[in-house]
Amino acid sequence: MLQNLYDKLWQSHVVHEEADGTALIYVDRHLVHEVTSPQAFEGLKLSGRKPWRASSIVATADHNTPTNFWERGIEDPVSRLQVETLDANIREVGALAYFPFKDLRQGVIHVIGPENGVTLPGMTVVCGDSHTSTHGAFGCMALGIGTSEVEHVLATQCLLQKKSKTMLCRVEGKLGKGVTAKDVALAIIGRIGTAGGTGYAIEFGGSTVRALSMEARMTLCNMAIEAGARMGFIAVDDSTIDYLKGRPFAPEAEQWDAAVAYWRTLHSDEGATFDCVFDMRAEDIQPQVTWGTSPEMVVAIGDKVPDPASEKDQARREGMERALHYMGLEANTPITAIAIDKVFIGSCTNSRIEDLRAAAKVVAGRKVSSAVKLALVVPGSGLVKRQAEYEGLDKIFRAAGFEWREAGCSMCLAMNADRLEAGERCASTSNRNFEGRQGAGGRTHLVSPEMAAAAAIAGHFSDVRDLL
Amino acid sequence: MDKFVRLEGLVAPLDRANVDTDAIIPKQFLKSIKRSGFGPNLFDEWRYMDIGQPGEDCTKRPRNPDFLLNQSRYQGAQILLTRKNFGCGSSREHAPWALLDFGFKAILAESYADIFFNNCFKNGILPIVLTAEEIDVLFAQALAAPGYTLIIDLEKQVVVRPDGKSLSFAVDAFRKECLINGWDDIGLTLRHAEKIHAFEEQRRAEQPWLFA
Ligand code: SF4
Repeated sequence: MLQNLYDKLWQSHVVHEEADGTALIYVDRHLVHEVTSPQAFEGLKLSGRKPWRASSIVATADHNTPTNFWERGIEDPVSRLQVETLDANIREVGALAYFPFKDLRQGVIHVIGPENGVTLPGMTVVCGDSHTSTHGAFGCMALGIGTSEVEHVLATQCLLQKKSKTMLCRVEGKLGKGVTAKDVALAIIGRIGTAGGTGYAIEFGGSTVRALSMEARMTLCNMAIEAGARMGFIAVDDSTIDYLKGRPFAPEAEQWDAAVAYWRTLHSDEGATFDCVFDMRAEDIQPQVTWGTSPEMVVAIGDKVPDPASEKDQARREGMERALHYMGLEANTPITAIAIDKVFIGSCTNSRIEDLRAAAKVVAGRKVSSAVKLALVVPGSGLVKRQAEYEGLDKIFRAAGFEWREAGCSMCLAMNADRLEAGERCASTSNRNFEGRQGAGGRTHLVSPEMAAAAAIAGHFSDVRDLL
Repeated sequence: MDKFVRLEGLVAPLDRANVDTDAIIPKQFLKSIKRSGFGPNLFDEWRYMDIGQPGEDCTKRPRNPDFLLNQSRYQGAQILLTRKNFGCGSSREHAPWALLDFGFKAILAESYADIFFNNCFKNGILPIVLTAEEIDVLFAQALAAPGYTLIIDLEKQVVVRPDGKSLSFAVDAFRKECLINGWDDIGLTLRHAEKIHAFEEQRRAEQPWLFA
């Protein structure tokens, strides 16, 4: 029988199935960070249970670690307690790998997994974090889970799941200059909406997707969750295998060959069907900028802020009005006329070396506008940071007026000191523009790293293609 | 986990679509390492006029009189009535913890975000899906009648309105059984421990690189 990739991934992990279709799915890799794990470890201990397979755990501290003045440690007592609690839990329970605060390999959990080769094709990867979908770039079933599920996985190595419906998101053609995987993701969400993928596992395919680098694929899969999907993934091909070869935790020697032989089967069979197919042309995608408080509120850089008056659906119109009010924007304002206060280049969506290279290319030889109060570059991991410094990217950013920080989630969710003040407007390469996401009252516009760099230079949104 | 069999409770109508988990419990409260005590910060940004901090005594904070949970007619509400795509956004389980800690035991909406929906069951909250028309009528009735209560009978899978009309709803048989018995997922899963071991051993033999 013809199977799509999701069918294969699902079938190879079912341990047990209830009559109603609820299945126990075996978990290969459990990624752990400080925010969603303490209650799970606490629950495990309270019920007198032991972790099933501690060697499936890879952990790091990322969400509320500071990105500067590391010599001072973590000054916020609450953040420090969470990080220390993770240290203590991992010490007690064990793990395959732990990259604690200040470790060279510490970083955003979704950056360090692939980087170290702990995310491998065909795995189930879970993490108490919605952007776990990122790992789907490697042809795995990567699921964000809640803290009770973290405890469940710790105790049983399984997850209770029902099979999702499948959607094929097919993008064909060649992306234009200055158009990135982030723009593809935002354009898709703009079309299908933030609930468009609800109940679905999305496979991204088509010539455009196949031409993307692994890092760009991670950006795309990362945003699948913003389309409401349970997960997003991409078939294994040469790019996947080339990326993994030689990574610290990737298999070696004969095991590598056996693994590659298996990984080569991880694609949808020719002619396999999906519950739904969504098609898009690469040529139709322009650099994107969100204007509202949901990732689906997005337009191309050459467009204007939409006018609620032209929206017929009352609920949608009210949502648009509320968003415009929160964002402090007038309908019909050209996107390029929106001035910004801050710039954030970072997050598990766009903080990998290729993102930093692309942004640096735009920034090189230019200056951050004097109207911009703060422009931050936060590498996704210590290793990304080191690589960027080796290539001299830090110097380019610093010379232009950017701050160059230590790795972490930082202003993506503002749990540390990096945040927006009320009313401040930010060009951000992160993934969520919800009210208050980057600080209470803060206004977030989601863009690609290149577009964030262009906005930093201009002091307002501008078309990066004019700078390339 | 507490058992959920039948509930007769006061309804609080929150007339917004796409309420995200950031709104349900703002991120500054995620820093706690406990799983209880989030109730006073439920809907914090809408409920209070200032910006709340973890560990702050909420009884002294200025309240937004327009927000429904600050109105006397909704005190003690156990059923939250809301619109579509409730619980979207971050996967934080603090959202159902906060709802539960506040006293909500059931939610009625047109649809939910997946992870939030799952998290509710795991914490003994029943998220019920009704049609847009049914939700509209409930909003109209709840707003018109102070003290508006509903009966939720999980066994029969119905929501009974004060006018006697009952609205049936769907729920997975397995989830229903767990709620009714107050079973926790882990205990249930560990009944299959041998099967898990067997699966694991076979996997280790076939794909040893996964067990490095
Ligand atoms: S960078 Fe942002 S989205 Fe990614 S894991 Fe950290 S907080 Fe979550």
